[in-house]
Amino acid sequence: MEYLVFLVRRLLWSLLVLFGLSVVIFVIARGMPGDPARMALGPTASADQVAQLRETMGLDLPLVTQYVRYLGGLAQGDLGRSLLTGRSVSADISDTFAATFELVLATILIAFVVGLPLGVMAAQWKDRWPDNSIRLFALLSAVTPTFLLALLLQILAGYVLHVLPTTGRLPIGAGFSADITGLVTVDALLKGNWAILGEGLRHLILPAFALAAASVGQVALTTRASMIDVTSQDYVEAARAFGVPERVRVLKYMLRPALVAPMTILGLSFASLIGNAFVVELIFAWPGMASYGVRTILQKDLNAVMGVVMVSGAFFVMVNLAIDVATGLIDPRVRLGGRS
Amino acid sequence: MATRSLREEPAAGAAPDAEPPVTTLPEAEPERLSAAYQSWYRFSRNPTAVIGAAIVVICILAAVLAPLITPYPSHVGAVVDFRARHLPPSWEHWMGTDNVGRDILTRVVYGMRISLLLAFVVLGVAVPVGTLLGLAAGYFGGWVEVVIMRLTDIALAIPGLVLLMAVATVFSPNLLTTMLALAALWWTWHARLIYAITRQLRSQEFVEAAETLGASTFHILFREILPNCVSALAVKTSLDCGFVILTGAALSFLGLGAQPPMPDLGTMVAGGTNYLPDYWWGSVMPGCAVLVIALGFNLLGDGLRDLFDVQEIR
Repeated sequence: MEYLVFLVRRLLWSLLVLFGLSVVIFVIARGMPGDPARMALGPTASADQVAQLRETMGLDLPLVTQYVRYLGGLAQGDLGRSLLTGRSVSADISDTFAATFELVLATILIAFVVGLPLGVMAAQWKDRWPDNSIRLFALLSAVTPTFLLALLLQILAGYVLHVLPTTGRLPIGAGFSADITGLVTVDALLKGNWAILGEGLRHLILPAFALAAASVGQVALTTRASMIDVTSQDYVEAARAFGVPERVRVLKYMLRPALVAPMTILGLSFASLIGNAFVVELIFAWPGMASYGVRTILQKDLNAVMGVVMVSGAFFVMVNLAIDVATGLIDPRVRLGGRS
Repeated sequence: MATRSLREEPAAGAAPDAEPPVTTLPEAEPERLSAAYQSWYRFSRNPTAVIGAAIVVICILAAVLAPLITPYPSHVGAVVDFRARHLPPSWEHWMGTDNVGRDILTRVVYGMRISLLLAFVVLGVAVPVGTLLGLAAGYFGGWVEVVIMRLTDIALAIPGLVLLMAVATVFSPNLLTTMLALAALWWTWHARLIYAITRQLRSQEFVEAAETLGASTFHILFREILPNCVSALAVKTSLDCGFVILTGAALSFLGLGAQPPMPDLGTMVAGGTNYLPDYWWGSVMPGCAVLVIALGFNLLGDGLRDLFDVQEIR
């Protein structure tokens, strides 16, 4: 029951954040100097053309009315029409979002699959060489610019060693359409197409590791800190006194509560992860939202750019909601006390 | 030198026939040292802090003295020398030359100027604003707290790079918009930090004592609470210098920050990617410069954290 109350509270809170985000985006789009219609059409358009576009875009209505219209559209998943492609922005974004989602999902997976064991190891061998090298790795991964790591990986693995492909999601002309979930690797798995699954994974490795490095370090450090914190708790001492085997003690009594901190930190830093995903996508020619975003920026396609920002923000909110739900399941203290 | 003069002070006031305490009680020595010297002593014993501080000082000095120390100061602008295109790193060009024959080392040093300027301007706006709002939210509570903290929650949900893309669509991208947009998002981290500390301090005895004695709100906020935030703020700000520089470099890498021919590090990395992998130094060298600056500020921040014994920042 408390869990349900907790969930409803987090859900309402997420909606509030999304509402605030829509206000911010609307203010940037409409409150700034310059006429969006004139910007869209360029300096050569006639005054009549501009006036006509202003009317179709609803720019001559009062600001509040415009915002209500915008919000109404958002609620129905309508982000307006892209001036660049002539299609609805939601359709454009849903075409490209799956690739971004696949990359980010792989990154989060790597962050936990690699970062958690590293953090546990560091805590177990505190101040010995495994701990010191893991901390050094975490420091270096935090200060290495994502673009530098991505370029170095591309040069090394792609051009020098020739072991991994450096661009795209699949080889050109692979003739595979991910029409079930939109994720190449998952769809290949569902269809039992092993060749495509292998190719998809090979293409995914470099971008995902370039994006994940910083998160791996972050997860390892926070896991280490909370494992060390938990070690001195009475109940862990009690478990030791009762002769609970080492493995059970570490994995069940220590790791489980220690999971909350790295998950929370990953949620908080997810906004910068999305930003870095854009950098990685451009370097590895990954066909996600970034290439669409950059193309529409160059064309001053305001609706499309606002759509990309809104979807990125919504992605952040959804991931944090999912993390809240998961941490609430893992640690009862979270759902009882709420997260401050 | 400082130790010596401090050591002799008590001896001068003592009776002339008394034994000089210097040789008899060497272990009492540290207590007589000034607080500043003690801090410096502990700082200098912390290798990460010293390395970090050294990197930061060298970078700042190099950036300030750029016209004097760089080998080809004229290469900052739109100079073209096609005979010297894509020269690999050598004694003459330590970091090689770029696609129009400009010395990369020169441009990297000038690029550090822009990176450091970006960090100082962004934090120069974000830290005071965040501190003030954090103090207000933590001390006053009520609707002030609700409004400010909910604002920070919303700002945290906006991916900075992506928001800047929107800003770049409306304005033409340049260094100033980058600074403003980063500052507009960055204050939230400092507001949250100061808010958390203020909330803890608000019910402490020394604050309640000041309130009982009728101290003004101004006095309580800036004389009682703020001094207790300074060490945490210093650690956070030092760490953030590195992260602002990283974010700014990523932005200009995407073409949304400083524009060419301004020698910005991120822009230089992006320009070099067209000539990979053969002329790798064009991208890798400026990228490594970003790494080194960020590393310096991070080590310094970590060192300060150990020094001040500040818990749990980032």
